[in-house]
Amino acid sequence: MILEILLVMVMLVAAISAGIFKNLLNAVIAAGFVSFIAAILFFLLHAPDVAMAEASIGAALTVAIFIIALKKTKRYEDDEENN
Amino acid sequence: MRKIISIILLAILTIGVVYCLKEIPFGETQSQVRRYYINNGIKHTGATNIVTSVVVNYRGFDTLGEVTVLFLAAIGLSAVLYREGKRQKKEGRRSSLILYTGCRFLFPLILLFGTYIFIHGHLTPGGGFQGGAIIASGFLLTMLGCWKWGGVNKIGFKITESIAGLIFVVVGLLGLLYGGYFLFNYLPKGVPNELFSAGIIPIIYVAIGFKVGSELSGVLDNLIEES
Repeated sequence: MILEILLVMVMLVAAISAGIFKNLLNAVIAAGFVSFIAAILFFLLHAPDVAMAEASIGAALTVAIFIIALKKTKRYEDDEENN
Repeated sequence: MRKIISIILLAILTIGVVYCLKEIPFGETQSQVRRYYINNGIKHTGATNIVTSVVVNYRGFDTLGEVTVLFLAAIGLSAVLYREGKRQKKEGRRSSLILYTGCRFLFPLILLFGTYIFIHGHLTPGGGFQGGAIIASGFLLTMLGCWKWGGVNKIGFKITESIAGLIFVVVGLLGLLYGGYFLFNYLPKGVPNELFSAGIIPIIYVAIGFKVGSELSGVLDNLIEES
């Protein structure tokens, strides 16, 4: 129970920071972290099938696709900042 | 002004969502069908993994729809990224020896693990979608880490994908022929907990595994080639 509360807290921090980060690479990594913790939570809640799908798609493939998209576009959110 | 409007809209949306969530009884047995699946799943389908028996047997037609959605997404992506003529091959930076060797060492193991997951989909957690995604992540590793990798064989991927989708549909239609409805489990169920059991479920899950793996790898290959 304590572990789950801790994981949910870390997940919330990661999710909020994914929205706040100006450096989009950091934001993508934070979003990947969210789905990684979601996979752990699914496993703790006795849903290993969903955990496997979440870990491989949410934490690996989605992050990779976002990073490939970032490579083609800008890395920072604001135009004023160095990009 | 715009902020006030958006805050009001958000408040209305929040009230709606909270109202909906209040109605849902969490953790209570509402549906009879869940109990039915758990009690009769192994007897009806022969698959010891109840999730698989639901995904492939009881709700097999929905799975066909899901696979079709993924197929259409991959087709759409390759249509958007299609470019006339061959683009010149960029000489990428060489990865270090450690990374290269590590990738070459890990790639077959990841492939083996993904294959294991979708072959044992009816016995242990996992299945075609999960195994296919793991196989695609193995291909992603080689695309990122192996500088000698000359791109995947696109035609091979397309053929694998098509044949796997065709196997799914043909197995389902044979069920229509033998049992009277789509995806009827016409093969012998066998002894539960053995690899060759559960009738058509392993065949369909192997087909889905190949299909999802080749589709996701094709998507990643398209994107990486474009970048």
